[in-house]
Amino acid sequence: MRIVLFAAAAITLLGFAPATTQAAGDAVVLEQQEWSFDGPFGRFDRQQLQRGFQVYREICSSCHGLDYIAFRNLEAIGYSEDQTKVLASEYTIEECCDDQGDIFDRPAIPADYIPNPYPNEQFARASNNGALPPDLSLMTKARHGGPDYMYGLIIGYEDPPAEMEAEMMDGMYYNTVFEGNQIAMAQQLFDELIEYSDGTLATSEQMALDVSAFLHWAAEPKLEIRKQTGVRVLLFTFIFTVLAYFLKRRIWADVEH
Amino acid sequence: MADTAENQVVPTEDESRRDFLLHATVATGAVGVAVSMWPLINSMNPAADTLALSSVEASLAGLEEGQAITISWRGKPVFVRYRTAAEIEEARSERWQDMPDPQPDEERVQNDKYLIVIGVCTHLGCIPLGQKTTETRGDYGGYFCPCHGSHYDLSARIRRGPAPTNLEVPEYTFLSETNIRIG
Amino acid sequence: MSTEKGWGMRAFDWFEERLPIVSFIDHSVGSKYPAPKNLNYFWNFGSLAGLVLVIMIITGILLAMSYTPHVDHAFQSVERIMRDVNSGWLLRYMHANGASFFFIVVYIHIFRGKYYGSYKSPREVLWWLGIIIMLLMMATAFMGYVLPWGQMSFWGATVITNLFSAIPLIGDEIVTLLWGGFSVDNPTLNRFFALHYLLPFVLVGVVVLHIWALHIPGSNNPAGIDPAPQDKIPFHPYYTAKDMFGVGVFLLAYFTVVFWFPNAMGHTDNYIPANPLSTPAHIVPEWYFLPFYAILRSIDDKLTGVILMFGSILILFVLPWLDTSRVRSATFRPIYKVLFWIFLIDCVVLTWCGAQLPEGLPLILSRVGTFWYFFHFLVLLPVVGWIETPKPLPTSISTPVVPKPAE
Repeated sequence: MRIVLFAAAAITLLGFAPATTQAAGDAVVLEQQEWSFDGPFGRFDRQQLQRGFQVYREICSSCHGLDYIAFRNLEAIGYSEDQTKVLASEYTIEECCDDQGDIFDRPAIPADYIPNPYPNEQFARASNNGALPPDLSLMTKARHGGPDYMYGLIIGYEDPPAEMEAEMMDGMYYNTVFEGNQIAMAQQLFDELIEYSDGTLATSEQMALDVSAFLHWAAEPKLEIRKQTGVRVLLFTFIFTVLAYFLKRRIWADVEH
Repeated sequence: MADTAENQVVPTEDESRRDFLLHATVATGAVGVAVSMWPLINSMNPAADTLALSSVEASLAGLEEGQAITISWRGKPVFVRYRTAAEIEEARSERWQDMPDPQPDEERVQNDKYLIVIGVCTHLGCIPLGQKTTETRGDYGGYFCPCHGSHYDLSARIRRGPAPTNLEVPEYTFLSETNIRIG
Repeated sequence: MSTEKGWGMRAFDWFEERLPIVSFIDHSVGSKYPAPKNLNYFWNFGSLAGLVLVIMIITGILLAMSYTPHVDHAFQSVERIMRDVNSGWLLRYMHANGASFFFIVVYIHIFRGKYYGSYKSPREVLWWLGIIIMLLMMATAFMGYVLPWGQMSFWGATVITNLFSAIPLIGDEIVTLLWGGFSVDNPTLNRFFALHYLLPFVLVGVVVLHIWALHIPGSNNPAGIDPAPQDKIPFHPYYTAKDMFGVGVFLLAYFTVVFWFPNAMGHTDNYIPANPLSTPAHIVPEWYFLPFYAILRSIDDKLTGVILMFGSILILFVLPWLDTSRVRSATFRPIYKVLFWIFLIDCVVLTWCGAQLPEGLPLILSRVGTFWYFFHFLVLLPVVGWIETPKPLPTSISTPVVPKPAE
């Protein structure tokens, strides 16, 4: 037992030391949301992911790419193969090259990745007052707090407090969650800015929740299978461990130690 | 310790219980190792992005009679030949029953004009010649594999040489008169 | 038993006469290896380290089949492993967390050796080989962390390779040689991949030597005295059974992290692709390097910091002679036992400091911690060995003179 305690202590002390540091470094405490994918048996809410995709498509995608998501991946959030084909065909892919060596346009197919709104970084910066809208495919894994951070950021726009007023730079917006509180992205979500196809009322909180959940799926699409596999593997390992324990006791029964 | 009391158990019973535990533990461990082998091995199978590209669509609109084009499909060349009437005639005139891999031309094409086959020699995987006008088409007017000298006819059937079977016909469908989907 | 042997048995004998591999294994970790009967659960960590090494090599080879060591494709190929390759996410999470667990297991293994004096005569070479294994592990882990080519990969590689620029006169040339260019770039990634694939097999070789060196004197034990023949039991089935149980417990912890907290020991910045023009605000190495990182940063002078950092590991090579006590086990060394726990706490404090910005309290603590680290080895160990009066040693393992510690 001592060993287990020791190992647990070692993991806690050593492993999570860096994590605590960064948490301490963050000035804001993120509001914890209840996500369907939390917990040992967590699963994605497909309906929510589809709403989130709608938010991404109608709002975020004008500036942010989703480079690692192909249209075929959308089958995982509940679209049929035919629906992904239709969805894909609404986008245009620049293909190199035809018989004359020219780049030509063709409709996207499910195997294509969602096209980035900008052809390159310089273009993106030039269109956004020098700021680069980051790709969103891995966003919830690339920021502390994950989906809670996403939610807090999208919803966290306020008028700057009096003491910040003078510090605010041109073209920057006050955000309670963003590091340094000045963000180049203006507030994007307003109540009923879009109309959800499933009839859910699109409040800005609802949209922020949905798109954060969607982006967490985009960052970690194997979350469900991971947790499901984990349950089975752990149960099996547990049985093995119990058997091994009794076998060990039995074998050692004749040794005085 | 607690074990000392159990030492009093009659040895035979003790041993059978030990045997059972031993077998159960070893079997569980062996099953665990065996089952975990599968995801490891399966990781070497084609990945999802690879599978997503397992079919391609192509247009034959620009292809004229007597010409051929090569389409890349699953990393392999697919030969498409727009055969002339004379070539179709030649492909069907000979007795297919006597060929090394007997098959009638009718079974190998969906549209008589278009011969569509995978351009990989069935001997050892080289790419046969005959697509370009400058290349030799072998003694039977179809394809010729330079690696070990296999001759294919105008239906891409093996006629002479070490190749065991005809060039393979891929799974394809005509989406329209001149559009095909392979795979 | 019948005297007639079946053909299978005779074929086995035929082969065994020509290549006695089964006997070899039996002598190494089987019924022909007599081990002290009083080994506690801390002795499980050697075989656990072997298990993790096997897991790392198997998952690593499979990952290498889908990984592209090129600056333009590395990050993307890792994401492809996570998303498209069958069970790729499992392989990567097992491999990434396997590295952390490898260090957890090996660090416990080392501290066990330190507590029970396993480095002392006649096991000095065994100890040396262990340090070489740790150094190889560190090099391998460092280069492996560079491969996903995220921000932490890139800047970790930059910072660590720059350590060598502290070498007087030829430092810059050495760094250029390591990089294969004028900064960490594609040639660097390429060679790191090549070496990351090579070193584990070198590691396997040193592990074989480590086990060989173990079998010359045999295993140490919690009492630290040489066991009499009647106090030894065959490794198989006793310790194989005990190790099996240990493996089960280990896997429960390992799988819990792999399946539910796969990114807990990683760093979020490594999910941002490498950008050579922008350093993340707060760069930290993986947790297992933190104590050494704290030692490096505790000194304002570059060269001294680097020397201290490498010195903190290299000093372990002379540990068998720094510790002047002839009693092995801390169980019978009242003063050393206290020093051991202080030293352990010191390492934990240094680990914590390594993750903080080097200013204020963490800087003071890392200076104190660094001082104590070397003070422990260079002053306390030799002196305590002289002045300490050990408790009376038992005459044999079976007849301890002190009440045996609860196991």
